[in-house]
Amino acid sequence: MNFSEGFKLSGLLCKFSPDGKRLASCVQYRLIVRDVNTLQILQLYTCLDQIQYVEWSSDSLFILCAMYKRGIVQVWSLEQPDWHCKIDEGSAGLVASCWSPDGRHILNTTEFHLRITVWSLCTKSVSYIKYPKACQQGIAFTKDGHYMALAERRDCKDFISLFVCSDWQLLRHFDTETQDLAGIEWAPNGCVLAVWDTCLEYKILLYSLDGRLLSTYRAYEWSLGIKSIAWSPSSQFLAIGSYDEKVRILNHVTWKKITEFEHPPIIANPKIIVYKEVEKSATVETQKLSFPPTRELASSLFSIPSKYDISQVPMSLQYIKPVADRANPRIGIGTLAFSPDNCFLATKNDNTPNAIWIWDIQKLKLFVVLEQLCTVNSFQWDPRQPRLAICTGNSKVYLWSPAGCVSVQVPMEGDFQVLSLCWHSGGDTMALLSKDNFCLCYLEREEVK
Amino acid sequence: MGDWKTITVPAPSSVLDSKNTSQYTSEKKMSPSSLNMQQVLRLPLPSSKSTHSFFSAFCTEENVEQSISYLNRELTTLGFPSLYAESKGKELNLISILNCMNELLVLQRKNLRAQEDVEMQHLKLGSDMDHLQNCYAKLKEQLEASKREIVGLQERDRQLQCKNRNLHQLLKNEKDEVQKLQNIIASRATQYNHDMKRKEREYNKLKERLHQLVMNKKDKKIAMEVLNYVGRVDGKRGGWRTDKTEARNEEEMYKALLRDYEQCQKQLLVENAELRKVLQQMKKEIISLLPPQKQKPRERSEDGIGPVLSDLEDDVGELNKENMWELSCETVREQLTNSIRNQWRMLKNHVEKLDNQVSRVHSGALTDKDVISREDHELETEKLELEIQHCKEMIKTQQQLLQQQLMSPCDDDTTVLLQDCYLLEERERLQEEWKLFREQKKNFEKERRSFTEAAIRLGLERQAFEEDRGTWLKQQFLSMTCDSKYLENVKTQSATSGSSDQDNHLMNTRSQQKKPRSLSSVPTSAELCQTIQHTPYSSSPCAISNKTTEESKPNQWEEIYREETE
Repeated sequence: MNFSEGFKLSGLLCKFSPDGKRLASCVQYRLIVRDVNTLQILQLYTCLDQIQYVEWSSDSLFILCAMYKRGIVQVWSLEQPDWHCKIDEGSAGLVASCWSPDGRHILNTTEFHLRITVWSLCTKSVSYIKYPKACQQGIAFTKDGHYMALAERRDCKDFISLFVCSDWQLLRHFDTETQDLAGIEWAPNGCVLAVWDTCLEYKILLYSLDGRLLSTYRAYEWSLGIKSIAWSPSSQFLAIGSYDEKVRILNHVTWKKITEFEHPPIIANPKIIVYKEVEKSATVETQKLSFPPTRELASSLFSIPSKYDISQVPMSLQYIKPVADRANPRIGIGTLAFSPDNCFLATKNDNTPNAIWIWDIQKLKLFVVLEQLCTVNSFQWDPRQPRLAICTGNSKVYLWSPAGCVSVQVPMEGDFQVLSLCWHSGGDTMALLSKDNFCLCYLEREEVK
Repeated sequence: MGDWKTITVPAPSSVLDSKNTSQYTSEKKMSPSSLNMQQVLRLPLPSSKSTHSFFSAFCTEENVEQSISYLNRELTTLGFPSLYAESKGKELNLISILNCMNELLVLQRKNLRAQEDVEMQHLKLGSDMDHLQNCYAKLKEQLEASKREIVGLQERDRQLQCKNRNLHQLLKNEKDEVQKLQNIIASRATQYNHDMKRKEREYNKLKERLHQLVMNKKDKKIAMEVLNYVGRVDGKRGGWRTDKTEARNEEEMYKALLRDYEQCQKQLLVENAELRKVLQQMKKEIISLLPPQKQKPRERSEDGIGPVLSDLEDDVGELNKENMWELSCETVREQLTNSIRNQWRMLKNHVEKLDNQVSRVHSGALTDKDVISREDHELETEKLELEIQHCKEMIKTQQQLLQQQLMSPCDDDTTVLLQDCYLLEERERLQEEWKLFREQKKNFEKERRSFTEAAIRLGLERQAFEEDRGTWLKQQFLSMTCDSKYLENVKTQSATSGSSDQDNHLMNTRSQQKKPRSLSSVPTSAELCQTIQHTPYSSSPCAISNKTTEESKPNQWEEIYREETE
């Protein structure tokens, strides 16, 4: 496992290009494009304001930089560094901006979600979509990029509009039986759209591509409902995480629940492996102390190395009782992710924020529980193999695979707190992002022991 | 002093009457009557006759003095004054007698009254007792009734307490649920409030922006500045949106959906086929596991496996055929699942039966001779193992010995001896074989001799037979021609030589004539046998085989040979 040196970063804006050759990072108002392998700066662009959002186009030829305060989106070309494009939303304001799947249209969501403007880079045409819904996930593109689903709200009712991305034709427009739509997501096969309701109501609706309602699922009434959902890569399963600390899995044939995963704070089943991160007692060898302290020594002095121990079952996890009278309480399953080979599901229960639960989907049973010393910030599966990378806000990155798990200290100068990470599409490289810096981590094959 | 015998004394119940009668009796007679009275009182139910006799029984004309003295004695002991005038003498004091009588009467009356009183009291007590007994019985009943009531009330009390507890529990549950609902309501309320506040903030911002816009004269232009337009991804120019494009889009969408469904269906079909295959395999295996029908007719009668299995096997055949064509109709599916279910049930029954058998065997009762108990089985296996070990040891020792003998470096004598003993063994064996061989040789010699003798005999017989035949033929011929001279000639010729030349000659002579066709019919075997037995042949045994070429008499020849050898 090799680590590159650190580079400056702001706003956790660091993205790999879809073709995997380039890496874009932002420092204040500058956009830096590097080569992934050599990390040499290929391009440097300067924007008008502090960049708040960066996105590559799907063909990796263009990058958009959105500046919400100014209401401007600037698009840069990699082939022609002189090419420039500036989209000014003016008084309409800007809250969100994204590419269309063909890489030639930009969808800007104006302030107050008044409308979505579709700017075309090929033609002079502009399209407006009225009444978009201001929710967590209002726009969803199919994986193949042919269709776009948009959540709308008119007259206190929720609607879904399906657009054909090639010519922006409205394909279908139908209303949904939701109180207050919270999000939509396409299945990876592009034929089913999952629509879920606000957290006050546990309801998830499944619509077919042509707008028919396939099925409705309600697990219970009155208590807080769905917090997060995830489709399995083969579209066979839909995992729904809810506030009652359970994940329910629906199958694609009958759209009925096939199983329920519970996340109790006490793990009693002896067949489950629990990896607990423990601190290794740092033995500083006095002979090796030198002045000025080397980088490795410095980092080792500042951070205590840790390793994973297999805990004896039964064991109890650190459980946090949430404050009862706050809205959006930190309970329930907040994050779900399927592994790319469809074999594992990683979940995080916000009641036990230090733990990550890994479920074996083939057997529909709990497989492994990882308990960290700090709260888990984010985790992401390797896009090629069942390998999970976890960061908890300290200077270590953790990797788990069915072969085992490892805790790696990031050898960076100073205080490098890994706040986020993202994988390269090839699966062997990872970008670790902290508040001010980022570094790349190159993994060898069969890295995890 | 008259005799009052005639006075009849009434029954003791009418005491007064007796008293009256006693008054009229004389003083002499008084005592017996009073005595009688006393006696009457003592006695239970004396009859009138007996009292009557008592009256006269005590005192008669003879024992007056004695009775007086007796009475006096009695009275004095009772405390009465004496009857006599003086302490001694026989003069009776009339006054004292009368006083005594009076006293006695008074006493009697008192006693009677006392008796009456006592009887009255007795009666009263009796009635009181009855009354008390009745009261007691009633009270007992009441007590029982009240006890039962108490038990009933206790039971009711218990039930009510139970109910009370249940209601308390229900109340608690309801309270909990109410609390939970209240919590839910509270959280929903906070969520609503939060959302409401957010919305209000947004609304306010909107109002401000609107205000700003209204006030703001200079409008920021909404525009896009681009150096040059970029080409489309696919290089083509953009097209107008028309109905055709709309229709095309719809078509594309439906195609995508259909593709997905078809893929799904394909997967399901494949899965289905696999599962069906697995079921078929399972069915076959289950059928093979189940005991075959022929060997156990008992089981067939018990479980009815037989007819069902045969039906199922028919079904299996049918289903196999059908599945080959990959029909997936409802009936086939049902048949398959039903048959699998039936067979599984049968297998289960079979296994249960086996379990029962095993458990029975463990408890000691062996009902089925085919089933060997585990202990016996184990014993057998142990025995077999021991045997195997023994054999192995034996083989080892023998091998060792063999090795020793082959490779042991011992001195010449011993080797010679050893060799000798080998040779001895071999010699003995050879001798035995020689003996056998010689015996066999002897036997063979005997047989050969007998064969040669038989052959010689046979040759002689053959010769005789030939001679006989020749003579017989001659006779025939001669008889046919009716020429006696010729017959004699022939006879003389046959007497000198009996070889085959004669036969040939005879044949020649016979062939000249055509008549003997009817006579050339084979003579009866019996005649021939008789004639031939008397005429043995002298030809060598080797010639026998040659002579058998004569066709007309092969059967008889064999018969003759057999007769000879027997």
